[in-house]
Amino acid sequence: MPTALKILVAGGFGVGKTTMISSVSEVPPLETDEYMTQASLGVDDLAGTPEKSTTTVAMDFGRITLDLDHVLYMFGTPGQERFWFMWDDLALGSLGAVVLADPRRLTDSFASVDFFEQRQIPFAVGVNCFWGQSDFSAQEVQTAMNLRTPAPVVMCDVRHRGSSKQVLLALLESAKAQAARRLSPSPGY
Amino acid sequence: MASKKTSWFDEGSGYLIRPYAITGGRTQPNGADFPLITQVATTGSAKSSAVQGVQPELVAILDLCRERPLAIVEIAALLDLPASVVKVLCGDLLAKSLVAIKTPGEETSAPSVELLERVIRGIRKL
Repeated sequence: MPTALKILVAGGFGVGKTTMISSVSEVPPLETDEYMTQASLGVDDLAGTPEKSTTTVAMDFGRITLDLDHVLYMFGTPGQERFWFMWDDLALGSLGAVVLADPRRLTDSFASVDFFEQRQIPFAVGVNCFWGQSDFSAQEVQTAMNLRTPAPVVMCDVRHRGSSKQVLLALLESAKAQAARRLSPSPGY
Repeated sequence: MASKKTSWFDEGSGYLIRPYAITGGRTQPNGADFPLITQVATTGSAKSSAVQGVQPELVAILDLCRERPLAIVEIAALLDLPASVVKVLCGDLLAKSLVAIKTPGEETSAPSVELLERVIRGIRKL
Protein backbone atom coordinates (compact mmCIF):
# COMPACT_ATOMS: atom_id res chain seq x y z
CA MET A 1 0.00 0.00 0.00
CA PRO A 2 1.30 3.49 -0.72
CA THR A 3 2.50 5.84 1.99
CA ALA A 4 0.14 8.81 2.28
CA LEU A 5 1.54 12.34 2.55
CA LYS A 6 -0.18 15.68 2.79
CA ILE A 7 0.24 19.34 2.07
CA LEU A 8 -2.12 22.05 3.30
CA VAL A 9 -3.41 24.94 1.24
CA ALA A 10 -4.28 27.86 3.49
CA GLY A 11 -5.27 31.47 2.99
CA GLY A 12 -8.22 33.80 3.28
CA PHE A 13 -11.74 33.12 2.13
CA GLY A 14 -12.12 33.04 -1.66
CA VAL A 15 -8.41 33.37 -2.43
CA GLY A 16 -8.32 30.29 -4.68
CA LYS A 17 -7.56 27.31 -2.44
CA THR A 18 -10.02 24.98 -4.16
CA THR A 19 -8.93 26.27 -7.56
CA MET A 20 -5.33 25.40 -6.79
CA ILE A 21 -6.23 21.94 -5.55
CA SER A 22 -8.29 21.20 -8.68
CA SER A 23 -5.50 22.41 -10.97
CA VAL A 24 -3.10 19.72 -9.75
CA SER A 25 -5.36 16.97 -8.40
CA GLU A 26 -5.83 13.80 -10.46
CA VAL A 27 -9.46 13.60 -9.29
CA PRO A 28 -11.97 16.42 -9.09
CA PRO A 29 -11.66 17.88 -5.59
CA LEU A 30 -13.80 16.05 -3.08
CA GLU A 31 -15.48 17.56 -0.09
CA THR A 32 -16.04 15.87 3.21
CA ASP A 33 -17.41 16.71 6.61
CA GLU A 34 -15.66 16.10 9.84
CA TYR A 35 -17.35 16.29 13.19
CA MET A 36 -15.22 18.09 15.66
CA THR A 37 -15.94 17.82 19.31
CA GLN A 38 -14.70 20.82 21.16
CA ALA A 39 -15.62 21.81 24.66
CA SER A 40 -15.21 25.49 24.02
CA LEU A 41 -14.72 27.13 20.69
CA GLY A 42 -14.37 30.51 22.31
CA VAL A 43 -16.11 32.38 19.56
CA ASP A 44 -19.29 30.33 19.34
CA ASP A 45 -21.96 31.51 21.73
CA LEU A 46 -23.32 28.30 23.10
CA ALA A 47 -25.37 29.93 25.81
CA GLY A 48 -28.65 29.11 24.14
CA THR A 49 -27.61 25.60 23.17
CA PRO A 50 -25.65 24.23 26.10
CA GLU A 51 -25.87 20.65 24.82
CA LYS A 52 -24.10 21.53 21.60
CA SER A 53 -20.55 20.33 21.76
CA THR A 54 -19.83 19.22 18.22
CA THR A 55 -19.53 21.22 15.07
CA THR A 56 -19.31 20.18 11.45
CA VAL A 57 -16.43 21.42 9.35
CA ALA A 58 -16.39 20.95 5.60
CA MET A 59 -13.03 20.62 3.90
CA ASP A 60 -11.99 19.89 0.38
CA PHE A 61 -9.04 17.93 -0.84
CA GLY A 62 -7.42 16.41 -3.89
CA ARG A 63 -4.90 13.68 -4.54
CA ILE A 64 -1.72 13.27 -6.58
CA THR A 65 -0.15 9.86 -7.10
CA LEU A 66 3.57 10.64 -6.90
CA ASP A 67 4.94 7.19 -7.63
CA LEU A 68 4.09 3.58 -6.85
CA ASP A 69 4.78 4.03 -3.15
CA HIS A 70 3.62 7.57 -2.42
CA VAL A 71 0.33 9.39 -2.71
CA LEU A 72 0.00 13.05 -1.80
CA TYR A 73 -3.19 14.65 -0.51
CA MET A 74 -3.76 18.38 -0.64
CA PHE A 75 -6.16 19.79 1.92
CA GLY A 76 -7.79 23.18 1.74
CA THR A 77 -7.95 24.48 5.27
CA PRO A 78 -11.36 25.68 6.39
CA GLY A 79 -11.26 29.41 5.77
CA GLN A 80 -13.27 30.69 8.68
CA GLU A 81 -11.13 31.57 11.64
CA ARG A 82 -13.54 29.92 14.04
CA PHE A 83 -12.48 26.57 12.60
CA TRP A 84 -8.86 27.08 13.36
CA PHE A 85 -8.83 24.63 16.20
CA MET A 86 -8.99 22.11 13.38
CA TRP A 87 -5.80 23.23 11.77
CA ASP A 88 -3.65 21.56 14.37
CA ASP A 89 -5.20 18.23 13.43
CA LEU A 90 -4.73 18.93 9.76
CA ALA A 91 -1.20 20.24 10.15
CA LEU A 92 -0.04 17.20 12.10
CA GLY A 93 2.23 15.13 9.90
CA SER A 94 2.04 17.46 6.92
CA LEU A 95 5.04 18.10 4.70
CA GLY A 96 4.23 21.80 4.69
CA ALA A 97 1.74 24.38 3.56
CA VAL A 98 1.00 26.76 0.75
CA VAL A 99 -0.38 30.08 1.96
CA LEU A 100 -2.30 31.69 -0.86
CA ALA A 101 -2.49 35.47 -0.73
CA ASP A 102 -4.51 37.96 -2.73
CA PRO A 103 -2.23 40.97 -3.41
CA ARG A 104 -5.20 43.32 -2.86
CA ARG A 105 -6.02 41.72 0.49
CA LEU A 106 -2.66 40.67 1.88
CA THR A 107 -3.82 41.04 5.47
CA ASP A 108 -6.21 38.11 4.97
CA SER A 109 -3.24 35.78 4.84
CA PHE A 110 -1.35 37.09 7.88
CA ALA A 111 -3.09 34.77 10.31
CA SER A 112 -2.17 31.72 8.21
CA VAL A 113 1.45 32.85 8.04
CA ASP A 114 1.52 33.27 11.83
CA PHE A 115 0.08 29.81 12.33
CA PHE A 116 2.78 28.05 10.30
CA GLU A 117 5.62 30.27 11.55
CA GLN A 118 4.75 29.55 15.16
CA ARG A 119 4.71 25.81 14.57
CA GLN A 120 7.82 25.88 12.37
CA ILE A 121 5.95 24.18 9.57
CA PRO A 122 7.59 24.88 6.19
CA PHE A 123 5.44 27.06 3.96
CA ALA A 124 5.55 29.04 0.76
CA VAL A 125 3.43 32.07 -0.07
CA GLY A 126 1.66 31.97 -3.42
CA VAL A 127 0.52 35.42 -4.51
CA ASN A 128 -2.46 34.53 -6.63
CA CYS A 129 -3.31 36.97 -9.40
CA PHE A 130 -4.44 36.74 -13.00
CA TRP A 131 -1.58 35.48 -15.13
CA GLY A 132 0.73 35.95 -12.16
CA GLN A 133 0.76 39.70 -12.89
CA SER A 134 0.42 42.17 -10.06
CA ASP A 135 1.30 45.76 -9.28
CA PHE A 136 3.59 44.38 -6.63
CA SER A 137 6.69 42.23 -7.00
CA ALA A 138 7.31 39.09 -5.01
CA GLN A 139 10.01 41.02 -3.16
CA GLU A 140 7.56 43.77 -2.20
CA VAL A 141 5.06 41.21 -0.96
CA GLN A 142 7.78 39.50 1.06
CA THR A 143 8.63 42.82 2.69
CA ALA A 144 4.99 43.72 3.27
CA MET A 145 4.37 40.39 4.95
CA ASN A 146 7.41 40.81 7.16
CA LEU A 147 8.17 37.10 7.02
CA ARG A 148 10.27 36.02 9.94
CA THR A 149 11.35 32.84 8.25
CA PRO A 150 12.88 32.86 4.78
CA ALA A 151 9.69 31.51 3.22
CA PRO A 152 9.63 31.72 -0.56
CA VAL A 153 7.12 34.06 -2.18
CA VAL A 154 5.94 33.06 -5.65
CA MET A 155 3.72 35.05 -8.00
CA CYS A 156 1.22 32.62 -9.46
CA ASP A 157 -2.07 32.01 -11.20
CA VAL A 158 -3.42 28.87 -9.59
CA ARG A 159 -5.95 28.30 -12.34
CA HIS A 160 -3.04 26.80 -14.25
CA ARG A 161 -1.37 23.55 -13.30
CA GLY A 162 2.09 24.75 -14.27
CA SER A 163 1.79 27.76 -12.00
CA SER A 164 0.45 25.72 -9.07
CA LYS A 165 3.33 23.30 -9.56
CA GLN A 166 5.84 26.15 -9.20
CA VAL A 167 4.33 27.10 -5.84
CA LEU A 168 4.41 23.49 -4.66
CA LEU A 169 8.00 23.07 -5.79
CA ALA A 170 9.02 26.28 -3.99
CA LEU A 171 7.45 24.91 -0.81
CA LEU A 172 9.11 21.51 -1.18
CA GLU A 173 12.56 22.99 -1.88
CA SER A 174 12.17 25.13 1.22
CA ALA A 175 11.09 22.09 3.26
CA LYS A 176 14.07 20.19 1.89
CA ALA A 177 16.44 22.94 2.98
CA GLN A 178 14.85 22.84 6.43
CA ALA A 179 15.27 19.05 6.58
CA ALA A 180 18.92 19.37 5.56
CA ARG A 181 19.49 21.92 8.37
CA ARG A 182 18.02 19.44 10.85
CA LEU A 183 20.66 16.95 9.78
CA SER A 184 23.57 19.33 10.18
CA PRO A 185 22.90 21.97 12.82
CA SER A 186 24.83 25.14 12.22
CA PRO A 187 28.29 25.04 13.80
CA GLY A 188 29.36 27.54 16.40
CA TYR A 189 27.50 26.30 19.47
CA MET B 1 -17.93 15.94 -6.92
CA ALA B 2 -19.55 12.80 -5.57
CA SER B 3 -23.20 12.16 -6.32
CA LYS B 4 -25.41 12.99 -3.39
CA LYS B 5 -28.45 11.20 -4.83
CA THR B 6 -28.34 7.84 -3.20
CA SER B 7 -26.98 8.78 0.17
CA TRP B 8 -27.95 9.62 3.67
CA PHE B 9 -27.29 13.23 2.89
CA ASP B 10 -29.98 15.66 1.76
CA GLU B 11 -28.98 19.12 0.57
CA GLY B 12 -31.85 20.74 2.41
CA SER B 13 -31.91 18.92 5.70
CA GLY B 14 -28.41 17.48 6.04
CA TYR B 15 -27.96 13.93 7.26
CA LEU B 16 -31.24 12.04 7.14
CA ILE B 17 -30.22 9.83 10.01
CA ARG B 18 -27.92 10.78 12.82
CA PRO B 19 -24.50 9.70 11.58
CA TYR B 20 -23.51 8.01 14.79
CA ALA B 21 -26.58 5.76 14.55
CA ILE B 22 -24.53 3.90 11.93
CA THR B 23 -21.77 3.29 14.44
CA GLY B 24 -24.00 2.27 17.30
CA GLY B 25 -23.22 5.52 19.04
CA ARG B 26 -19.46 5.08 18.99
CA THR B 27 -17.45 8.16 18.08
CA GLN B 28 -13.98 6.62 18.32
CA PRO B 29 -12.73 3.52 16.53
CA ASN B 30 -11.93 0.52 18.69
CA GLY B 31 -8.18 0.58 19.02
CA ALA B 32 -6.03 3.28 17.52
CA ASP B 33 -7.34 6.47 15.95
CA PHE B 34 -6.70 6.84 12.22
CA PRO B 35 -5.47 10.04 10.62
CA LEU B 36 -7.59 11.25 7.68
CA ILE B 37 -5.12 10.11 5.03
CA THR B 38 -4.81 6.56 6.39
CA GLN B 39 -4.94 4.14 3.47
CA VAL B 40 -7.58 1.41 3.48
CA ALA B 41 -7.54 -1.64 1.19
CA THR B 42 -10.00 -4.51 1.04
CA THR B 43 -8.30 -7.83 1.83
CA GLY B 44 -8.61 -11.09 -0.06
CA SER B 45 -10.75 -12.56 2.72
CA ALA B 46 -13.50 -10.04 1.97
CA LYS B 47 -15.18 -12.27 -0.61
CA SER B 48 -18.91 -11.86 -1.05
CA SER B 49 -19.61 -14.94 1.09
CA ALA B 50 -17.64 -13.47 3.97
CA VAL B 51 -19.56 -10.21 4.01
CA GLN B 52 -23.07 -11.65 4.24
CA GLY B 53 -24.90 -10.13 7.15
CA VAL B 54 -22.41 -7.28 7.38
CA GLN B 55 -24.06 -3.86 7.60
CA PRO B 56 -24.47 -2.05 4.28
CA GLU B 57 -22.11 0.81 5.09
CA LEU B 58 -19.32 -1.68 5.70
CA VAL B 59 -20.05 -3.44 2.41
CA ALA B 60 -19.95 -0.07 0.64
CA ILE B 61 -16.46 0.60 2.04
CA LEU B 62 -15.27 -2.87 0.99
CA ASP B 63 -16.57 -2.27 -2.54
CA LEU B 64 -14.83 1.12 -2.76
CA CYS B 65 -11.46 -0.16 -1.59
CA ARG B 66 -11.36 -3.36 -3.63
CA GLU B 67 -9.77 -1.90 -6.77
CA ARG B 68 -7.20 0.29 -5.06
CA PRO B 69 -6.48 1.64 -1.60
CA LEU B 70 -8.35 4.79 -0.61
CA ALA B 71 -7.83 7.23 2.23
CA ILE B 72 -10.34 7.50 5.09
CA VAL B 73 -11.13 11.00 3.88
CA GLU B 74 -11.84 9.78 0.32
CA ILE B 75 -14.18 7.08 1.57
CA ALA B 76 -15.97 9.69 3.67
CA ALA B 77 -16.41 12.00 0.69
CA LEU B 78 -17.58 9.23 -1.66
CA LEU B 79 -20.09 7.82 0.84
CA ASP B 80 -21.19 11.23 2.17
CA LEU B 81 -20.42 10.24 5.71
CA PRO B 82 -18.48 12.28 8.26
CA ALA B 83 -14.83 11.20 8.38
CA SER B 84 -15.12 10.34 12.06
CA VAL B 85 -17.90 7.85 11.29
CA VAL B 86 -15.79 6.24 8.56
CA LYS B 87 -12.93 5.88 11.05
CA VAL B 88 -15.17 3.86 13.36
CA LEU B 89 -16.43 1.69 10.49
CA CYS B 90 -12.91 1.04 9.23
CA GLY B 91 -11.91 0.06 12.75
CA ASP B 92 -14.71 -2.54 12.66
CA LEU B 93 -13.58 -3.84 9.28
CA LEU B 94 -10.01 -4.07 10.52
CA ALA B 95 -11.17 -6.08 13.53
CA LYS B 96 -12.87 -8.51 11.13
CA SER B 97 -9.68 -8.63 8.99
CA LEU B 98 -11.73 -7.52 5.98
CA VAL B 99 -9.45 -4.54 5.31
CA ALA B 100 -5.77 -3.78 5.68
CA ILE B 101 -4.82 -0.34 6.90
CA LYS B 102 -1.69 1.74 6.54
CA THR B 103 -1.40 4.80 8.73
CA PRO B 104 0.96 7.58 7.61
CA GLY B 105 4.40 6.94 9.01
CA GLU B 106 6.27 8.82 11.67
CA GLU B 107 8.63 10.08 8.99
CA THR B 108 6.09 12.52 7.57
CA SER B 109 6.17 14.95 10.50
CA ALA B 110 9.91 15.42 10.09
CA PRO B 111 10.36 14.33 6.48
CA SER B 112 13.80 13.32 5.28
CA VAL B 113 15.61 15.03 2.43
CA GLU B 114 15.22 11.83 0.45
CA LEU B 115 11.45 11.69 0.93
CA LEU B 116 11.09 15.34 -0.09
CA GLU B 117 13.18 14.70 -3.20
CA ARG B 118 10.81 11.91 -4.19
CA VAL B 119 7.85 14.26 -3.73
CA ILE B 120 9.59 16.91 -5.83
CA ARG B 121 10.19 14.38 -8.62
CA GLY B 122 6.54 13.37 -8.49
CA ILE B 123 5.31 16.96 -8.70
CA ARG B 124 7.68 17.76 -11.59
CA LYS B 125 6.18 14.87 -13.57
CA LEU B 126 2.65 16.32 -13.32
